Amino acid sequence: MNKPADLKGLVLDPVTNDQRYIGNREPRHGARRLLEGQGTYIDDIQLPRMGHVVFWRSPVAHMKINKIHTEQASKMPGVLAVVDGVQMAKICKPWVATLGHLAGMKSAPQHALAVDRACWQGEPVVAVVAETRAQAEDALQLVDVEWEELPAVISMESALDPETPLIHSELGDNLCFTRSLDVGNVDEVFASADVVAEATFGFGRHTGVTLEPRCQIADYNPGERRLTVYHSQQAPHMMQDLYCRQFGLSESDVHVICKDVGGSFGIKVHAYPDDFATVGLAMMLERPVKFVADRLESFTSDIHAREHRIKGRIAANKAGDILAFEIDDLTGIGPYSMFPRTSAIEGNQVVNLVGGPYKHQNYRAHLNVVFQNKAPTCQYRGVGHPIACAVTEGLVDLAAQKLQMDPLEFRKRNVIPDDAYPCSGISGIKLEVLSHEQCLRTIEKMMDYSALRKEQAELRKKGIYRGIGFATLIELTNPSPAFYGVGGARIASQDGASVRLDPSGVVSVLVGVGEQGQGTEGIYAQIAADAVGVSINQVRIVTGDTDVTPYGGGTWASRGAGVGGEAVLLACQALQENILKLAGAILNRPVSELSVHRSHVLDKATGEQLLPFSEIGRIGYFRTDTLPAGFSADLMVTRHYTQKDYPFIFTNGVQASYVEVDPDTGFVKLLKHWAVEDCGRVINPMLVDEQVRGAIVQGIGGALFEECLYDDSGLLRNGSMADYLVPMANEMPDIEVAHVETPTQSSKLGAKGAGEAGTAGAPGAVQNAINDALAPFNASVFEQPITSEKILRALKKI
Amino acid sequence: MSLKKKISMTVNGTLVNAEVEPRRHLVDFLREDLHLKGPHLGCEQGACGACTVKVDGQIIRGCLYLAVQADGCVVETVEGLTKSGVLADLQESFMRHNAMQCGFCSSGMLLAAAELVEKQPKASREEVREWISGNYCRCTGYHSIVDAIVDVLNARAKGQKIKPVTAHA
Ligand code: FES
Ligand code: FES
Repeated sequence: MNKPADLKGLVLDPVTNDQRYIGNREPRHGARRLLEGQGTYIDDIQLPRMGHVVFWRSPVAHMKINKIHTEQASKMPGVLAVVDGVQMAKICKPWVATLGHLAGMKSAPQHALAVDRACWQGEPVVAVVAETRAQAEDALQLVDVEWEELPAVISMESALDPETPLIHSELGDNLCFTRSLDVGNVDEVFASADVVAEATFGFGRHTGVTLEPRCQIADYNPGERRLTVYHSQQAPHMMQDLYCRQFGLSESDVHVICKDVGGSFGIKVHAYPDDFATVGLAMMLERPVKFVADRLESFTSDIHAREHRIKGRIAANKAGDILAFEIDDLTGIGPYSMFPRTSAIEGNQVVNLVGGPYKHQNYRAHLNVVFQNKAPTCQYRGVGHPIACAVTEGLVDLAAQKLQMDPLEFRKRNVIPDDAYPCSGISGIKLEVLSHEQCLRTIEKMMDYSALRKEQAELRKKGIYRGIGFATLIELTNPSPAFYGVGGARIASQDGASVRLDPSGVVSVLVGVGEQGQGTEGIYAQIAADAVGVSINQVRIVTGDTDVTPYGGGTWASRGAGVGGEAVLLACQALQENILKLAGAILNRPVSELSVHRSHVLDKATGEQLLPFSEIGRIGYFRTDTLPAGFSADLMVTRHYTQKDYPFIFTNGVQASYVEVDPDTGFVKLLKHWAVEDCGRVINPMLVDEQVRGAIVQGIGGALFEECLYDDSGLLRNGSMADYLVPMANEMPDIEVAHVETPTQSSKLGAKGAGEAGTAGAPGAVQNAINDALAPFNASVFEQPITSEKILRALKKI
Repeated sequence: MSLKKKISMTVNGTLVNAEVEPRRHLVDFLREDLHLKGPHLGCEQGACGACTVKVDGQIIRGCLYLAVQADGCVVETVEGLTKSGVLADLQESFMRHNAMQCGFCSSGMLLAAAELVEKQPKASREEVREWISGNYCRCTGYHSIVDAIVDVLNARAKGQKIKPVTAHA
């Protein structure tokens, strides 16, 4: 197919027959109201008779609950209810978050409000509901809990020691999950390799810090016996299902609505005890109840992620071939595996992904996932990828250094070649089609690598220490049912779209995947406009409502474009066919003589406009009497899509970071960052660019600043935005982004995910750049966040 | 706790009389009593800038400012400044550069940017980064926000307008 002349910037052949928007930097029109202060986030919704809930949360890491005194609090002005765990457990069942395909995984039953024991500082114990938030907070001061501190497991390093107390004695130990993998001849290869390098990598716990905290309004209507939950959430149908199961309701009794979501990043894809407690309270009180976490609650009760300690080593030969990787990963997840996705997934991903871009044939990995009395950890943007990538790329640089090879050359030599696909990675992952070689060539040019190396060498002579670091990466996107479905979690990997031609010719599209700011609705509008054949301002997108949209999985694992987008494409192309059928019936002409262009049905041969879509709508809805007997004008169609060809569709890319390290202060200045990403067909380069950049900045946050710090007794030391550092504009570099487009063959659209690779690659690239800058001092740091203090320690200055 | 004070202020051009508890923050008053949706609460600690509003022409953090302090003042939020057109070129430029994702930071970011454009019309890219470093954005990576603001500075310096964003025909 030839590319139309007005399809500027698009590399791939068009996927629709009237393509104007797919591939273009189209602005998201839905975003204008956000810029005008007209978004509707949860806290913007006020319902009549709405109560506000606040929680009395455990003040210590581990405690026994003896007696709860609520009388005084209950008598405070405006108080509607004070509810404890025993009362809540009467209507909300406990849950255990394990997955069937993670063999041997275990966790303990968890309640909406703690019963008998609380297992981390921040676990909700007592709920206070009042007419206003201020009244609820006033009354909270008078809740009196008699508690006794229990010994706590804080360090993951000693969690499995025999003398360490058990968090859940019924589990027998503090081990949640363990996995080992041994492929090839690892011992032999390491024994005989020319070069072996090793390091121990540390990753601090961090959290998502969505600017809008977690929040919801639960509203139970006793007349209808129907629960409506307005939720700042990524997976509305998943929450609908969970509310059904925990409260014994049926799907038709539960309605979940997600309007504007003020940032999610995986933080809002889990089901929290507070969610169930808020719903339980609304059902008990038969009135709406709003929960909005304040920032301290967010820090102590949002999921954390990425606390790992990994010993890794790499073997290579003199010629510069990587021969083997070996890792031993220890990770701590808090006292419970998080519901329903499970906290074992992160470590499991690390095992799957280490060494992933390279063609070595020997790999051994061991993983221990242990319980601790700290906030639960689970899946946050990138899930395991940033860790796997920083370990892999750190080891790759160490090997290159020992071999005295240029790190970029070393990578070029070792990545799986672009013509080798489809193939399997050494851990068993199935790789459909990747473009490492092309990405490496692109970034080399983009950053003018040789000039940069020259500049670095010259500045070094003047006592200025700059470093260049690379990170090559793979990322799993477009998940198939192999991710959750096979493990028994009721999280849909399929997604659906319903599309309707309205009487005036406007196209309404209802999609199971929602919008959290990525521009999901924007790309659906682009796809729909092209696939039906209308202009983009004739398209309306509806998402985030379980009563209305087709059943779907929502936003996670970078599936919005690849899975949701494909469903939209299929539904819209089917609608176009139905429009042509109806036009054929109206005009009494064979459909083969007709085509669609810009909201009109045309004579295919002459291009003459025969019918505008508004006329199709008018006749299809209001004058069906004029249509042939038995003809049905189906102007609304639904299509679903599941990616079934591979467990995941992998994307790939490479990042480079340029930094300056001051050896006297340990201060790191980020000078520039480059990213080349291959997310298959790019639907909107402007949106992908900023997805990549936002993700990189979150990755940089983890590499340099962000850490949830605990003291020895398990108390969080930095639960405020003033103490927990996230990147600000001033310290972030400009980030240049380039695209390589290798479409997946598993869909018509060819799109792969784009949301997380930035976070996956940045920590490795920044770490390598810092270590490159420190190379003249024979110093290196593998402990993230890489603070000035750690750098000075590595330089033996403190 | 229910000792209330009478206050009056002009909010987005309209005179408002109210009775509030002295402890009520300005942003809570604007959001909960006046039902404005523009100023957001990200931290309630003065760290994130999502609650930024204007009092007597100055941007302030609505979460660190009491409603009673604004007694007798002129208060403007993103809603009012949108209507009066003060933010128009910044809003167009933010659209053009996709300088927002979830939009939760946007009202604060726009108000901070508007003050920059007014007070430092010759700001360099670095100065723009520095200026907006009182406002967190967790989604965008800041790059596009900086691009959008720099474009407005350049356009204003040349006496040009930012062209409104329209759908590609
Ligand atoms: S809410 Fe006021 S600065 Fe964050
Ligand atoms: S756009 Fe989400 S916080 Fe800025």
